[in-house]
Amino acid sequence: MAIPFSYIIRNLITRKLTTLLTAGGMALVVFVFATVLMLEEGLRKTLVETGSPDNVVVTRRSAETEIQSVINRDQAAIVESQPEVAYGINNVRLTSKESVVLISLIRRGSDKSSNVLIRGVGKTGILLRPQVKIVSGRMLKPGLSEIIAGKSIADRYNGAGIGEKLYFGKREWTVVGIFDAGNTGFDSEIWGDVDQLMQAFRRPVYSSIILKMNDPTKFQALKARIEGDPRLTLGAKKESIFYAEQSQVLSNFIRYLGVALSGFFSVGAIIGAMITMYASVANRIMEIGTLRALGFRRNNILSAFLTESLILGAVGGVIGLVLASFMQFFTISTMNWQSFSELAFGFTLNSSIIIKSFVFALIMGLIGGFLPAVKAAHLSIVDSLRAV
Amino acid sequence: MGNSSEAIVHIKHLTKSYRRGEQTVPVLTDITFDIPTGEFIALMGPSGSGKSTLLNLIAGIDKPDSGILKVGGTDIALLSEGELADWRAANIGFIFQFYNLMPVLTAFENVELPLLLTPLSFKERQERVELALVMVGLSDRMEHYPSELSGGQQQRVAIARAFISDPVILVADEPTGDLDRTSAEEILAILDRLNKEMEKTIIMVTHDPHAAKTAHLIRHLEKGELDVEN
Repeated sequence: MAIPFSYIIRNLITRKLTTLLTAGGMALVVFVFATVLMLEEGLRKTLVETGSPDNVVVTRRSAETEIQSVINRDQAAIVESQPEVAYGINNVRLTSKESVVLISLIRRGSDKSSNVLIRGVGKTGILLRPQVKIVSGRMLKPGLSEIIAGKSIADRYNGAGIGEKLYFGKREWTVVGIFDAGNTGFDSEIWGDVDQLMQAFRRPVYSSIILKMNDPTKFQALKARIEGDPRLTLGAKKESIFYAEQSQVLSNFIRYLGVALSGFFSVGAIIGAMITMYASVANRIMEIGTLRALGFRRNNILSAFLTESLILGAVGGVIGLVLASFMQFFTISTMNWQSFSELAFGFTLNSSIIIKSFVFALIMGLIGGFLPAVKAAHLSIVDSLRAV
Repeated sequence: MGNSSEAIVHIKHLTKSYRRGEQTVPVLTDITFDIPTGEFIALMGPSGSGKSTLLNLIAGIDKPDSGILKVGGTDIALLSEGELADWRAANIGFIFQFYNLMPVLTAFENVELPLLLTPLSFKERQERVELALVMVGLSDRMEHYPSELSGGQQQRVAIARAFISDPVILVADEPTGDLDRTSAEEILAILDRLNKEMEKTIIMVTHDPHAAKTAHLIRHLEKGELDVEN
């Protein structure tokens, strides 16, 4: 049997302040690490959940985003007539020809502006996005200069609240409703009637066509037909994949920056743990010598000190994760570098992030404690017993 | 001198030296002697005479340079590090001048430590520890931490720890060196009982002639060499 766990725990408790400070250092690193992963996950979740797997987004083949895409009316008509398109009530084809433009709006309580995406939708636009619900006011009426704003936009931009007016496209638009899109990317958009918007911005072309499939398993056939049609220069993607790809650049940036930052910080925390553990060994040389004399083996000593530093790491991991979990109450907004428009998203904690952060904390503890533990295990018994 | 066939410790031409920088300092030169089973022997001598080194060699926490060192029939110089640890756990009980108790463990837990290296169950360990603490007169101090005990009480805990796993030899390095006269007498009385009633072989290093008198045999070391004196 190894050195009793109570011996290890009580030694940590005896040195309360040192233990807490060391674990606190590791907790901060775990906090940064977990927060960054939560941010990346929040972004990914927001954009991935924006898309529905039954919907298909058709854009110009070379365009990565709707902003860059152009689809003329003839091409739109061909896409709309594809046999895979689902029909809704009253035999309405579930397609939405959409046009997106970016406008600059001033944030509430500041003079700073940001790009906001205006989406012109067809009558069926909202039917294709069941997660979008009007939470205040009413749905816009086609043929009028009416708009509805996502809740993230309504809260944060001047003129975007219900009953307020926005001026763009050389017209005044009235916000008649606020919609909640379930924390997806649509929450960061303003929607209007597609024909009114195209007139206002003098645009003869659509940006994208969204269609709901009657059978999602036929996607490959639809894609092949659209992409193989010589009259079309268009590409088709499942909506969920289309939005997931939009999160890639920003998500990668957050991940690399976060991992690099945590990596640098962790060096400091590991050195902190190492100093603590070396001090712990130095203070207990006589105890180590005694334990060895009593018959405990080197690996008993090694594992006792490694366990001690792993506990330090675990305590740091738990504190860091508890702190990071509070970040779920915050929402941040930033420019999505692929659509060049404002995107609001939250910090999302999931079990994978908890496990990764905790393992990260344990690894920091293990690395920090390794050399001191090896030193402790290799002390000469006779020399240790003299160290009274 | 005991008969080598009955000797629990058999030492022949034993030498030990330490390196101090570039220099080699001889500590023990050609020591030959036996300790009979069940003996209570005191090793005396001035500081630096090598008595603690000899004790460490017999206890298996240090290795000789040359010579024969058999303890309980085992040539311990030939054992590996790990084998030596197991051998110490089974055969040697240690009593130190400064008690060397774990400050974060209670008296009970300190005494229990050597038993953690045995296959005994918790219940068996508990019974043995309680009995050992009763034997050293500390049945009412089991849950006390070392800092809550006097020096004499701490040394009694250390003695209970030394004999708890029923080793054949107890080695004591200045066991009364840090104690007042009364406490020292109590400790020596316990050691005497362990020798007489439990037939433990006790090897005690001491500076104190009064303590040495408790032993049945006194050996003097002087500059690494052994004199015989009774």
